[in-house]
Amino acid sequence: MTQSVYKRLRLNIIILILLISLTPFLLLGGIISNEFSFMFRNGLEEQIKYRARVQANAVDLYLKGRAAILTGIADLHSIDSLVEGEELAHVLGIISARVGGIVDLGVIDDKGQHLAYVGPYNLHGLNYYQERWFAEVMSKGLYISDVYTGYRQIPHYIIAVRRQENQRAWILRATIDSDAFNLFVREAKVGQTGDAFIINREGVFQTKPRFDGKILGESGLNPSLFGEGSVIERTTSDDRRVLLAGCWLKNKDWLLVITQDAAEGMGAFFSTRTAQRIYMAIGCCAIVLITIFTTHLTVRRIEKSYQRKDEFNAKLIQSDKLAALGKMAAGIAHEINNPLAVIGEKTGWMEDLLEEEEFQKSPNYQEYKTSLEKISLHVDRARKIIYNMLSYARKMEPRLEDIDVNDVVNQTISFLDNIARDNNIKIEIDLQPDLPIIAGDQAKLQQVFLNLINNAIDAIGKNGQVQVRTGNKNAHITIDIKDDGPGIPKNLQRKVFDPFFTTKQTGKGTGLGLWICFDIVQNMGGMIQLESEEGRGSTFSVTLPIVPPQRK
Amino acid sequence: MENFRVLVVDDEADFLETIIKRLQKRGLEAQGVASGEAAIELMKERRFDVVLLDIKMPRGMDGIETFRELKKLQPLTEVIFLTGHATLESSVEGMKLGAFDYLIKPVKLDDLLPKLAEAFQKKNAHDQKIRNYKIQQLISHPASIFELEKDDFFPED
Repeated sequence: MTQSVYKRLRLNIIILILLISLTPFLLLGGIISNEFSFMFRNGLEEQIKYRARVQANAVDLYLKGRAAILTGIADLHSIDSLVEGEELAHVLGIISARVGGIVDLGVIDDKGQHLAYVGPYNLHGLNYYQERWFAEVMSKGLYISDVYTGYRQIPHYIIAVRRQENQRAWILRATIDSDAFNLFVREAKVGQTGDAFIINREGVFQTKPRFDGKILGESGLNPSLFGEGSVIERTTSDDRRVLLAGCWLKNKDWLLVITQDAAEGMGAFFSTRTAQRIYMAIGCCAIVLITIFTTHLTVRRIEKSYQRKDEFNAKLIQSDKLAALGKMAAGIAHEINNPLAVIGEKTGWMEDLLEEEEFQKSPNYQEYKTSLEKISLHVDRARKIIYNMLSYARKMEPRLEDIDVNDVVNQTISFLDNIARDNNIKIEIDLQPDLPIIAGDQAKLQQVFLNLINNAIDAIGKNGQVQVRTGNKNAHITIDIKDDGPGIPKNLQRKVFDPFFTTKQTGKGTGLGLWICFDIVQNMGGMIQLESEEGRGSTFSVTLPIVPPQRK
Repeated sequence: MENFRVLVVDDEADFLETIIKRLQKRGLEAQGVASGEAAIELMKERRFDVVLLDIKMPRGMDGIETFRELKKLQPLTEVIFLTGHATLESSVEGMKLGAFDYLIKPVKLDDLLPKLAEAFQKKNAHDQKIRNYKIQQLISHPASIFELEKDDFFPED
């Protein structure tokens, strides 16, 4: 395979692994971050809703307390005792000292006439008969006003209670200290940016907000958006995101609103999220690096194993070629030697005859003689060429050695072990112990086994099993090499031992391997047989005679 | 080298015919046969001093087999193997069995004749030794004259 193929393989593996590992990782990270954000936001909302509720209750109590005090005072006094003398001022003094939060007190009769007043404003003698709150308090008995400017021309609120004294009704009215009330309401605020204020049903500020607005100013909020349990989010003029929760007071049409800056409230969450993103980034980097590293190692191993296999194949092919060449050279040389011998002898005979007297008289005697000498010379030359050729071929000739077939099998498999392992092919060896020693050429026999086992490995390709079994029967040693590859089709089985027959790619095999094997085994007096079924694998069986083979 | 008899065994007829003629022309009593079987048949009737024996004869007996058979018939006859390259091991084997020498084909007559002469000499010396031994025997045990065969009296025949 070429470099670019490995590059593509490497890239494919890296992309695949990264996809498989990063997708769930990022997905999980995203989900966790989202859930966390949701939970945190929920917590924050719950918190400000709760604060709104609690503060609304507190404000309710505050107002209710003031109303109760007024009611108590009205119940304990007659209108006359309050109007006359210093009693009203005395009562205001006690309230201011004990409870606070009330600026002035006034007594108004059922005609709306302001009969008595203590406080900082000059309200004596005013008539409230036409005022809306007057009618309200006369009919309901208790009235808490929205902020209004009224006669004094400054925003304030009042609490008024009605006392039915015999046939006569009168009203005790107090002005709530709006500074104290503002401070009380705002106690519910949290943090640098939080706020608490009250708006009425029309969205008008009833207390002064901390930022952005004044009492009786438009809040821009739609009170109907605040149900009992909802939090709304909006962006302020200076581009901050703010969460708002509201709660209606029980005995007044006022909405207590708590605001919380989203960024400030979610600060802890944002820092956690940043930490999470950093961890995720580190994790991603680690995954990418490890993937690249391991893929690199894996591909290199594959590349090396292919290289090893290619080198081994090349060597095997070379030795097959040499063996084939030697065999061919020997065959040709041998066939030429015989006619050459005849030519040599005939020439010699003609030279012999030429020496007789009758020929010596011939005018062309010298020509004949020279020609015959030349023929002899060139026959000799041809003889030497063939001799050299045969000397080369003789290097391929079998030598006689003592062979332990099991040893040869073991040695051969040790050559192929790596290649088999690289391709996840198991070579199973089942050797019969104590095989008789036979005479033969160990190197040649090794070449036979190399070819056969290597073919078996090639036939399987990847993932499989090669079985090598030796045995001893009928005065022959048998060596079976079985693979679980795809097998050889029936019509090709007869051809496998033919020279130049190959199913391998060009350059991967010469088609000489099995032919050489066949020849070597035949020269040893044995034979090779093939048994194969398509889809079931193939078995090559080598049979070698135990007696040393007769040399021819 | 007159009166020495040489038998050439080779299945290549053209070669055989020519080498016989050339040997005869040099005054040797040479005869040729084309197979091991024919050689054995002939040697049952005639004695040869030297046999030139081709090792590779695909039809019938090969050189080594023929060698074993003819040594049974005429143990003192010297054998020179004619061999090709591919059969060199067999020639060495033949030497171990007691052949005089071997020559690699194609053989030049100039190489062959000295080898033949050596073989004749060896055979001759051997024959002489045996004759001397037999004469000694005869002198020490005159009665053994009855055990002698015709060949011992007329070895040249």
